[in-house]
Amino acid sequence: MIKFENVSKTYPNQERPALEGVNLEVAKGEFVFLVGLSGSGKSTFLRLVLKEENPTSGKIFVAGKDLSKLSGWKVPELRRQVGTVFQDFRLLPNKTVFENVAFTLHVLGYSQKEINREVPEVLELVGLEGYGDRRPSQLSGGEQQRVAIARAFVSHPAILIADEPTGNLDPTMSVGIMKLLDRINRTGTTVVMATHDSGIVDQMRKRVIELEGGLVVRDQVRGVYGYSG
Amino acid sequence: MRARFVMSEVGIGLRRNLTMTFAVIVTVATSLSLLGFGLLSNSQVGVMKDYWYDKIEVSIYLCGDLSEAPSCSAGKITIPQKDQIEQDLKAIPVVQNVFYESQADAFKRFQERFKDSAIAQNVTPDQLPESFRVKLKDPTQFAVIESAFSGRPGVDVVQDQRAILEKFFRLLNVLRNGALFIGLISVLTAALLISNTIRIAAFNRRRETGVMKLVGASSFSIQLPFLLESIFSAIFGWAVALGLLSGFKVLIDQRVAPLLTFTRFFGWDAVWIASLQLLAVGLFVAALASLITLRRFVKV
Repeated sequence: MIKFENVSKTYPNQERPALEGVNLEVAKGEFVFLVGLSGSGKSTFLRLVLKEENPTSGKIFVAGKDLSKLSGWKVPELRRQVGTVFQDFRLLPNKTVFENVAFTLHVLGYSQKEINREVPEVLELVGLEGYGDRRPSQLSGGEQQRVAIARAFVSHPAILIADEPTGNLDPTMSVGIMKLLDRINRTGTTVVMATHDSGIVDQMRKRVIELEGGLVVRDQVRGVYGYSG
Repeated sequence: MRARFVMSEVGIGLRRNLTMTFAVIVTVATSLSLLGFGLLSNSQVGVMKDYWYDKIEVSIYLCGDLSEAPSCSAGKITIPQKDQIEQDLKAIPVVQNVFYESQADAFKRFQERFKDSAIAQNVTPDQLPESFRVKLKDPTQFAVIESAFSGRPGVDVVQDQRAILEKFFRLLNVLRNGALFIGLISVLTAALLISNTIRIAAFNRRRETGVMKLVGASSFSIQLPFLLESIFSAIFGWAVALGLLSGFKVLIDQRVAPLLTFTRFFGWDAVWIASLQLLAVGLFVAALASLITLRRFVKV
């Protein structure tokens, strides 16, 4: 689903590469944690998958497409296959929960009928049935993140990328979000989650890729956050 | 994206930015009106030229007893000379018609024109020159007549009324160019304001555009609402400008035209043509300013 072939990325005016010689492959339906300190290259990795940045060298394949051969106007097509969730939720404050989730479908050209069918379905999946008329400001952080996940997942993308989705949440809420991501993963969606939260990683026992200074220093099936020590 | 969704986003954008929308509409309205006044004054100059050039003639004054020009050294013009001049005039292609004014005719016209003045009492027919009044098909072809008849024996002087009007039209042209220049400058101002407004709107809505990017909207569909907003504002502004220009035309017809009877004024057709040109200018400027700004500030 995602394949990096000897990928390096050096940002302009910087000497040290943000990613260096990364080789890895994420299979369809996998759940992968991306761990590492700030500045280790996690964000760069995610930005490369979305083609928000281009690698300095190497090849990236996402959902069967060679990103180096993907022209600018086809990038939106790629992003439709990749749902994204962020630490800061990024909801639209003056739209209701329903409208926030429907926004994706509007942008993708769904009819109102399809929207009225799909949105309640996904709200139920994330555990927010009956919250459609509320505004983001009336929700807790965990609920807001559920809306964001609903928005990312409503169009059933092949890949879901989550950048520190529990970073702003307390542990109880985080557990709920992780259960939700796990449920989404079980529908066959590939999930890549960057995180600092060692508790979650240790608990989930999924594949862990650790980055350090732009290098992959660990790629472990059923891993934990750090070498136990 | 469905049209209804785009339209609702446009509506939200226009309402949320109401003061800026209002500023854009007012600026577009004033700048298009100014440009419109420029265009109308251009039509007015055209109308006046047609009107006046249609009326002006070339006068060929013939030698009388009082003439002092070298070509009059032989004294009063003879009848064969006169006949020859008339024949020659009629043979020139640019001449439309020739009218002979005798001393008696000139006297009558003089008495009429100055009937309330003491000068009329002191003039006798033999003091006034007889002349040929020549109407040209193309008033600019004066030189043809002048070269053929100026200095010819029996011809005192060849006078072109157009020379007097030319000065007047030169002044009008300056005024017209000034009006057009001011109009264009203010259209440029409107373009800059539109560009700035879009920058602000793009900044205000960076969340929305960010989300649209994330979920895979094409750059066109992200930029479309902004583009439509500025185009709607431009159309509103144009409608206001059209109202102002129509009001200007009504004012001229009702208040100015009865006072200034020496000329005709531009018609409604000039107003319609100018308003179509303004619409084209308004749409073009709004679209261009938006697209250039959006390319810089709303990227995928």
